[in-house]
Amino acid sequence: MSENLNQVPTMADLMAKGESPEILFWVGCAGSYDDRYKKVTKAFVRILNKVGISFAVLGPEEACTGDPARRAGNEFLFQMQAMANIQVMDGYGVKKIVTACPHCFNTLKNEYPELGGNYEVIHHATFLQQLINEGKVGLEGGGEFKGKKITYHDSCYLGRANNIYEAPREVLAALDADLVEMKRCRTKGLCCGAGGAQMFKDAEPGNKEINIERTEEALETGASIVAAACPFCMTMMRDGVKAKEKEEQVEVLDLAELIAKNEGL
Amino acid sequence: MQYVPQIAFFIVVAIATYFLYKRVTRIRKNILLGKPSGRVDNKAERWRTMLLVAFGQKKMFKRIIPALLHLLIYVGFLVINLEVLEFVIDGLAGTHRIFAPYLGDFYTVLINIFEFLAVGVLFSCLVFLIRRNVLKVKRFSGNEMKKWPTLDANLILVIEIILMLAILTMNATDMLIQSQDEHYAQTGTFFFSQYLMPLFEGMSVGSLILIERFAWWFHIIGILGFAVYVTYSKHLHIALAFPNTFYSNLRPKGEIDNMPVVTNEVKMMLGMPVENAGDPPAEVGRFGAKDVNDLSWVNIMNAYSCTECGRCTSECPANQTGKKLSPRKIMMDTRDRAEEVGASLAKGGKGLEDGKSLLGDYITQEEINACTSCNACVEACPVNIDPLAIILEMRRYTAMEESGSPASWNSMFQNVETSFSPWKFAPTDRFNWADEMNSDS
Repeated sequence: MSENLNQVPTMADLMAKGESPEILFWVGCAGSYDDRYKKVTKAFVRILNKVGISFAVLGPEEACTGDPARRAGNEFLFQMQAMANIQVMDGYGVKKIVTACPHCFNTLKNEYPELGGNYEVIHHATFLQQLINEGKVGLEGGGEFKGKKITYHDSCYLGRANNIYEAPREVLAALDADLVEMKRCRTKGLCCGAGGAQMFKDAEPGNKEINIERTEEALETGASIVAAACPFCMTMMRDGVKAKEKEEQVEVLDLAELIAKNEGL
Repeated sequence: MQYVPQIAFFIVVAIATYFLYKRVTRIRKNILLGKPSGRVDNKAERWRTMLLVAFGQKKMFKRIIPALLHLLIYVGFLVINLEVLEFVIDGLAGTHRIFAPYLGDFYTVLINIFEFLAVGVLFSCLVFLIRRNVLKVKRFSGNEMKKWPTLDANLILVIEIILMLAILTMNATDMLIQSQDEHYAQTGTFFFSQYLMPLFEGMSVGSLILIERFAWWFHIIGILGFAVYVTYSKHLHIALAFPNTFYSNLRPKGEIDNMPVVTNEVKMMLGMPVENAGDPPAEVGRFGAKDVNDLSWVNIMNAYSCTECGRCTSECPANQTGKKLSPRKIMMDTRDRAEEVGASLAKGGKGLEDGKSLLGDYITQEEINACTSCNACVEACPVNIDPLAIILEMRRYTAMEESGSPASWNSMFQNVETSFSPWKFAPTDRFNWADEMNSDS
């Protein structure tokens, strides 16, 4: 069973066997290399295996979508990355992509079509919501998060960028948790500070770090869990919680981790 | 002699029209300094957006108190302008309240509606003045809110208050004249201006006529003058909010416009077939934007539509944490630069070649580097202005024309190029997490 839950087929493996999966799980750079976000990747893979969806990853053939390059102004580099990724995905006949990174999601979904890459792209928040609605995960109730105070931090690239506000909240609702909102949420949600390629440089001079401002707001809710749905938000909120010396009391967890834990995965 | 007021009126209207025409032509030219925009698709959705956002004030209602006060002024502006129609006919024909005899009691109802709205406008303008100058609502200040923007805002409110007072004075004295001279068109009693009547009680008919005429002329010249003033002011949103919402971005906010010029070059580098490869290369301008002419005309229209309310800046995470970036300043700078270039060109000056540019002389690298592209400013704007689009175009110029991005971004570019990840990890390690899955559990 455990071996089964941990299997990670690649597109190349499946193609060699003459198979093609229903969905491509786009892991993203943070999901592949960042020690913290790798846990999210693994949790999500276990969920995929548990519900028995046919999926595969690109593995070593995956490359940065080009999002940070485009947002920092380097259009050439973005398009080079995009074209190469499209060639790889089209080579495998990819139709549907799920990803746990809102930045990858936005770029693959909104920006690849202009360059010839047309796929159905969904973010893992929406994907998890669909699994819950289909009764494939959650709903048993009384899990370890029952009644726990959780606040959800809106990722800009899911929320304002793509109008996805409810899916992540419905995922949390399935945990039977006590969902508390921050003062600024949904369309008014405050950025964690990492978008627009800020993740890859120091902030400009100012009087406060954005992630500290956001973390303070999250802490004000009294929640013991800050739920995130983005690798950059995850880093920023965790750094904020550490800076506020609250890591004993407050955890920052991704939606996939919450669901996986609830499922005992 | 009896035609003197009519001739005077005609001349006043002609002068105002001349200045308005000149100014509107100039603004149009300034906006068209920008490059073409592809936003001609999906007309139905564009009309719908304009109706909801501009006409219906949808996004204003995110902040309920200013929304209601602003709604009073907006409706007052739309409806009271119907009365200007009577002003114009009276002025040109030499008549007095020409609609009164035809409309009878309904005229009284109409003027009473106008009076209600006039008092509503007065009230809102007073509260707005208090919010700006006494309560000092934070978003009305900021580095870019220097002398002129602050004076402009207060002037608009004061002018509107004076114009409304002129209507009420005119109506009050008119009612007094009617009671003493039955040749005057009888209008019935007006709800609000009747309370101003005691102020003018006991005056001779001659003095009353003088005051009434003065208020009439003051109001109409005021309105015409204000119309010209508006074209030099942030108040231009009363007109441009409509085309601005019509041409707003209908795509998901997270999507950044593609650069087809780059696509062609990238395809050639990768040895892929390029569309229209045989055509002579289109004139390749700059990559990204250094000056206003590198932006699209929609970007510049955005700038002219900005009424400097500061909702964008007050929601900007960078601004809130003390960074120099203010989306409102981006828009004001863009407008000011377009004005500067336009004024220079009109005088036969150097225009864009004056040695200055939007990026550098108005907007600094520090400002555009502070943006998280979170779209809070775009979401906040009641008329769908997009400061982020301008910021991203400037980043493109900086990265591709000047290689002037921050050093950490240049390293990130290099990592993406060589390691296919923004971090410097070995591409061969990308899939190590899968092996860890089995050892983890």
